[in-house]
Amino acid sequence: MRSSISDYGAWLLQRIWLPLTVALIILILFAAFVALIGQSPAEVSGLLYQGGFGSAFAWQNTLLRASPLILTGLAVAIPAQAGMVMIGAEGALALGALAGAVGGIALQGAAPHVVQAGVLLAGMLCGAVWVGLSGWLRNYRGVNETISSLLFSYIGIALLNYFVEGPLKDPDSLNKPSTRPIGDNNMIGNLPGMDVHYGLLIGVLFALISWIVLTFTTSGFSLRLIGGNVRAAQMAGLRVGLWVTGAAAMGGAAAGLAGAIEVAAVQGSANASVVSGYGYTGILVAFMARQNALAVIPVAILIGGLEAAGGMLQRRLDVPDAVVLVLQGIAFVVIIASETLRGRQLFRLTPVAAKAGGAA
Amino acid sequence: MSKAKFSASRRRFMQTAGAAVAMTALGPLSFKQAQAAGKYTIGVVYVGSRSDYGYNQSHAEAAASLKKMPGLKVVEEEKVPETVAVQKTMEAMINEDGAKMVFATSFGYFNPHVLKMAAKYPAVHFAHCGGLWTDKDPKNISSFFGYIDECEYLSGIVAAHASKSKKLGFIAAKPIPQVLRNINAFTLGAQSIDPSITTHVIFTGDWSLPVKEAEAANSLIDQGCDVLTCHVDGPKVIVETAEKRGVYTCGYHANQASLAPKGYLTGAEWNWATPYKILTDAAVAGKAPVNFLRGGLKEGFVKMSPYGKAVSDKAKKMADGAKAGMMKGDFVIFKGPLKDNAGKVAVAEGVKLGQQDPVLEQMNYLVAGVVGKI
Repeated sequence: MRSSISDYGAWLLQRIWLPLTVALIILILFAAFVALIGQSPAEVSGLLYQGGFGSAFAWQNTLLRASPLILTGLAVAIPAQAGMVMIGAEGALALGALAGAVGGIALQGAAPHVVQAGVLLAGMLCGAVWVGLSGWLRNYRGVNETISSLLFSYIGIALLNYFVEGPLKDPDSLNKPSTRPIGDNNMIGNLPGMDVHYGLLIGVLFALISWIVLTFTTSGFSLRLIGGNVRAAQMAGLRVGLWVTGAAAMGGAAAGLAGAIEVAAVQGSANASVVSGYGYTGILVAFMARQNALAVIPVAILIGGLEAAGGMLQRRLDVPDAVVLVLQGIAFVVIIASETLRGRQLFRLTPVAAKAGGAA
Repeated sequence: MSKAKFSASRRRFMQTAGAAVAMTALGPLSFKQAQAAGKYTIGVVYVGSRSDYGYNQSHAEAAASLKKMPGLKVVEEEKVPETVAVQKTMEAMINEDGAKMVFATSFGYFNPHVLKMAAKYPAVHFAHCGGLWTDKDPKNISSFFGYIDECEYLSGIVAAHASKSKKLGFIAAKPIPQVLRNINAFTLGAQSIDPSITTHVIFTGDWSLPVKEAEAANSLIDQGCDVLTCHVDGPKVIVETAEKRGVYTCGYHANQASLAPKGYLTGAEWNWATPYKILTDAAVAGKAPVNFLRGGLKEGFVKMSPYGKAVSDKAKKMADGAKAGMMKGDFVIFKGPLKDNAGKVAVAEGVKLGQQDPVLEQMNYLVAGVVGKI
């Protein structure tokens, strides 16, 4: 059978068969785990579906939880195009929230749309500078960007805590130190007819634009060239330092924007509550999406759905929160492991398949 | 997790499975109706793990006491962050489980999350732990809290008797008024036994940083502190570290005696079962929510861990004496003259700040004898 498959067949096999197998393995492993803790796998799967995607309420719950994850996923996926593993989105998000709140307070009195734009831009800018620093350090100082972005992330969170508990503290926020609020009338509202704020739309647009730029423009090609082989890129005359720093900054902008949206759409002020793990979950999202900016959207929705459903599992079956984390962990490991199968002899790699599958 | 809990959850699973089958057949409406016809459903939301030997466990114990009351069904969700996640969790409890009352247990859930949901669901009763309600806020919110500094004072008395180095260690999360009040009460309790005692404070910067907490515990022990206590969400690692190093501990939030059978002296514990019962009884009876509910030892909102093996009879006698004063309601912890650790007057001579005095809610100093800076 296999010897007779065409190029198209190999492509199909790799694109369809592999993900299906991966999904099946994840489900089998998770079912085994569920059975082990004394629950029925069928019942758990049913509740997972019902809690994440089973009703209009569940869908809105899922989308709301997914919207910051799209942006933090992009914060990892965009720098990855240039071959970087940036994992500092959490700190960039924290600083984006802080900068957003500062921007919002500075613009008090202006029209709500002006304040909102100021909040979001300030957040993006701050996040871009923070993660851009890691990109710059990697290129000009040879510092490993994974380590530096993680350490910068801790510094970012510490800075947020310092400013909200010190110089920027609202004197009224006694036991929950926060900046002053940006004002109720300046908050970003919900999408028409939905209980999901505009942050979702902003995230989806950010992902779509990133995907278009990365896939169809010479900029995207340049980044991939750098990611594939820095020497070759230099030989081709690319200013690698600029591209690397720029890609890192764009990723940081996405994370900073996520933080600013948390302030403008949810919290109303910057405080320690914005540091809730979105940045770290974004790493999971980006890797599961194989660093594809478009795939980040459905993966973020899937993870958001799992989180929504995890709540229902806890409430209905009285199981600990860790059950859904186990599912996420199994999925992550199996997907990462499956990467090694991609392009292997098993799939009879042909030139067409190489073109289709080798990009990321 | 105990075996009993597992078998109970299996039984519950059978019930839920049956309900789920019925629900898929008849649609979600019938589920809500079934809920309405049967038990009064209460949701409880935790910010951390229900078995953290700390703050969240203290609430989970109260939720467990609700489960024993007839006619109630309790649904729980743990590790819910203070983001949209908690809003959606509360909404899901209301929409998907038919909850008529929700306990939001983390301090940070209040603004904006509980406020927003309470405005959106005026028929649902929201109970928040932290005492933040003001008369501008929706009337369907109950806000409850406990005066746990009374227990800190008593712990201080016990710690002073156990300490040989006369140096006590306190690991705290953030220098906010609630935390400072506990540090100060603990110190004043110890100083009531020996005025020369000092309390050495380390602020870790956040509520749950186990690695930093262990480092802080080791550092305090290296400095010569021989009784440790803390105000962080989960005192587990601190109590374990102290036990390993052979020093004493006073617990916080819940009972950590099982973690340190040798060195656990006593501890300041919440007894949330009391406010949970008061609020639930009122809600089930259809009464208007009590918006503001507080209490200390006397009202049964807080309690002391049973004394450990290392506590001397003299220490017990002194602590029980002070406790008796608190139970009568005439004991004042913060009274002048009281200086802060920079030498400034914190409470003027002749001034007595009773438990409910709002001035205490704005505490921004460490009393003399505390080594540390805000």
